[in-house]
Amino acid sequence: MDVGIVGYGAYVPRHRIKVEEIAKVWGADAPTYKKGLMLGEKSVPSPDQDVITMSVEAARHALTRSGIDANKIGAIYIGSESHPYAVKPSGTIVADAIGATPNIHCADMEFACKAGTEGMFVAMSLVKAGEMDYALGIGADTSQGAPGDALEYSAAAGAAAFIMGKEKVLAVCEHTHAHMTDTPDFWRREYQHYPRHAGRFTGEPAYFDHVVPCGRGLLEKSGTTPKDFQWAVFHQPNGKFPMRAGKKLGFSTEQMKQGWLAPILGNTYSGSSPMGLSAVLDVAKPGDRIFMVSYGSGSGSDGFIFRVTDEIAKVQKAAPQTREQLEDNPIYIDYGTYAKYRGKIRMLED
Amino acid sequence: MIGSPRSWREKPQRYRYEAGKCSGCSKIFFPPRLVCDACGSKTFETQVLAQTGVVETFTIIEVAPSGFTDEAPYAVGIIKLDDGVKVTAQIADCKPEELKLGDKVRLEFRKVTEDGASGILHYGYKFVLA
Amino acid sequence: MRDVAVIGVGMNKWGELWNDSHRTIWTDAALKAIEDAGVDRVDSMYVGCMSGGLFVGQEHLGAMLADQLGMGPIPGTRVESACASGGLAFRLAYMEVASGMSDIVLASGVEKMTDVDGAAATYALSTAADQEYECFHGITFPGLYAMMARVHMSRYGTTQKQLAEVAAKNHANGSLNPNAQFPMKVTAEQVMNSPAVADPLRLLDCSPITDGAAAAILVPLDKVKEFTKNTPVRIAASAHATDTMALHDRGDIAAIESTARAAEKAYAQAGIGPKDLSFCEVHDCFTISEIMAIEALGLVEKGQGGAAAESGLTALSGKMPVNPSGGLKSKGHPVGATGVAQVYEIVNQLRGNSDKRQIKDAHWALAQNMGGTGASSLVHIFERLS
Repeated sequence: MDVGIVGYGAYVPRHRIKVEEIAKVWGADAPTYKKGLMLGEKSVPSPDQDVITMSVEAARHALTRSGIDANKIGAIYIGSESHPYAVKPSGTIVADAIGATPNIHCADMEFACKAGTEGMFVAMSLVKAGEMDYALGIGADTSQGAPGDALEYSAAAGAAAFIMGKEKVLAVCEHTHAHMTDTPDFWRREYQHYPRHAGRFTGEPAYFDHVVPCGRGLLEKSGTTPKDFQWAVFHQPNGKFPMRAGKKLGFSTEQMKQGWLAPILGNTYSGSSPMGLSAVLDVAKPGDRIFMVSYGSGSGSDGFIFRVTDEIAKVQKAAPQTREQLEDNPIYIDYGTYAKYRGKIRMLED
Repeated sequence: MIGSPRSWREKPQRYRYEAGKCSGCSKIFFPPRLVCDACGSKTFETQVLAQTGVVETFTIIEVAPSGFTDEAPYAVGIIKLDDGVKVTAQIADCKPEELKLGDKVRLEFRKVTEDGASGILHYGYKFVLA
Repeated sequence: MRDVAVIGVGMNKWGELWNDSHRTIWTDAALKAIEDAGVDRVDSMYVGCMSGGLFVGQEHLGAMLADQLGMGPIPGTRVESACASGGLAFRLAYMEVASGMSDIVLASGVEKMTDVDGAAATYALSTAADQEYECFHGITFPGLYAMMARVHMSRYGTTQKQLAEVAAKNHANGSLNPNAQFPMKVTAEQVMNSPAVADPLRLLDCSPITDGAAAAILVPLDKVKEFTKNTPVRIAASAHATDTMALHDRGDIAAIESTARAAEKAYAQAGIGPKDLSFCEVHDCFTISEIMAIEALGLVEKGQGGAAAESGLTALSGKMPVNPSGGLKSKGHPVGATGVAQVYEIVNQLRGNSDKRQIKDAHWALAQNMGGTGASSLVHIFERLS
């Protein structure tokens, strides 16, 4: 039975802040950051946007592409590290807003930046197991970087949603693989506003030692080599890491370029590799194979191999495309506005 | 402070834009009503509002009411939807100087307000330039 | 129905009355009206108040204020129709006397608005609009009228300067009114250069936040001589109409249909037309409101309201003076009291007691008071009896 993506959609907020604007405030050298992180700007959610609103928009785009009734969806899993409520699900609000309640299973997931693919993984597995006809997996975040921290240059906002099913599949999931260990490279304790990270430890022992072995495992399991793929997407904590991990696995810049959004989007955490995937689906051709590996601190990677079907051409333009949202009409804001939007200014308390 | 019950009750309208279409004369009411002011009919069917329309009028709120003071200035308009229904809502992500009467807009799902730092979040519709 | 007359009126100097409470402000105005009428009793009383609950946390005003007046156990009724609460209280007092149920009835209005901060006051006022489908979205009253103004400006060519001229005219009138909260004169340029509140409306296009009260004593016309030596003012018409609550549900956003409907009924009851009026007191909660009100009342053609203040038509010395008291703009707008204060001005004008702002030979006068964006309107017409 072919199970895979039957509908997909992404959402990108319109506001952007440039690396220079942040660097100016902290007396940092912008060119160094731009080169080091390989990114020039990032998306910023406006005060009325959060994981729930972006998930609803992305899910509605996915529904439009799938052509199915929302009430046929059997589960919604939203992966995020910035769910608006600490206690109270995001999933029920999204489910109600898209008209998928009440016969639905909901769970909010959290695994740093991997929570989105986790939702996709579980959604797909339930369809494969025959528990339901359709399940929705969403990755979305409005992540925060502490003021002045390196993360502030990259922590961005965005969402991607995927409806998994077995009829009129746009991209069949041929293989999955996962790779996890306990690696404390990045975390946020309960009641803390900003996450902490372990500096350069987030690189080799964390990101690379999970993304690369997960990718290798996936290639081995599927008996494929990088040449068998038209497209490859990796988690993008910055612009540099995914390209390096991809090269280590044997993928070319050409294969990775379309899904490589970080240079103009930043790191959308749980939305990162899912949004890269949606950008690839926007242009992929029937028969194309897509290689995808996510990463979440703490640490783990989910790997997927998708084969694009003939159905794809009918739906690519049915809803706003990912790069089109990313590139059209950005509104650039200054650091003061950014600080206000992101709740970084101490206000008078009621 | 809106609280849970009031917020929850309005979900069909705030989340899914469900209006009542009069079975007698087809007039659409948003929110739904119990009696039609045009033909007196008391039967209605649910109809989802059009999600694109034009700006019939608008203002830029500089002096905001409690709950919205952090957001000022912001645009609020009366939107004439493609099905003829008119609604009041914020027009998000726009520069006041770029907004004009007759501008085409489309609906987006946004957080409209919240009950302070620890209360319920209230989601609903806003519009953005199409 | 009996003919009804006003034989006494009272109000205080309006403003930010830091020393005075809701109850003392109201009682002061009520006592002044009773003293002015020269009556020794009141049979029943009505109090217009928009939001005792949100402004001072006090409801049950009918009983509380009857008690404060020392008139218990008379019936005390609190009336609410947003900013038209005063006008509606006056109408109910009129109906009670006209019906023959009571002989001496007190009509009054009060609002104590400065015990809360600006954002809370803005919120309290916004409850006159549709809470779930207008206010939920962060709209304010200046914002709603600004949206009406934008359509009026775009459709009829009404200008920012014409709006400002309404404020300038009303402040000029208010400068002659010892009870006005803001009796200073302002120029149209000052209005146009004041801070934006809700584009296109600026601060000086808006009526202020005010503490104040006003009261009137109504009796049957044929019994006036039993109660007072004052020259009575006859209530020639009383009319009330409503419209959709939400502005967006109106057929025409740039018109006050409820005022037009109430005016139509009032003119018919009084047997006169707009041309017979000597002057009007209208509900200029915003400059655009006066423009739309005079159009709805038929004082000018639809769409021509913008030019009225600019051309001098509605000035004190003009052909059709509007708001000789200074209006809500200069006199102040303690929302529940406004409709009754319009009667205060009209009675004094028709008695010839208005000093420097006296309109010569005034005979017929009209008061227009509205709630929300015009979801309710009251129109009263008064006649001087010689």
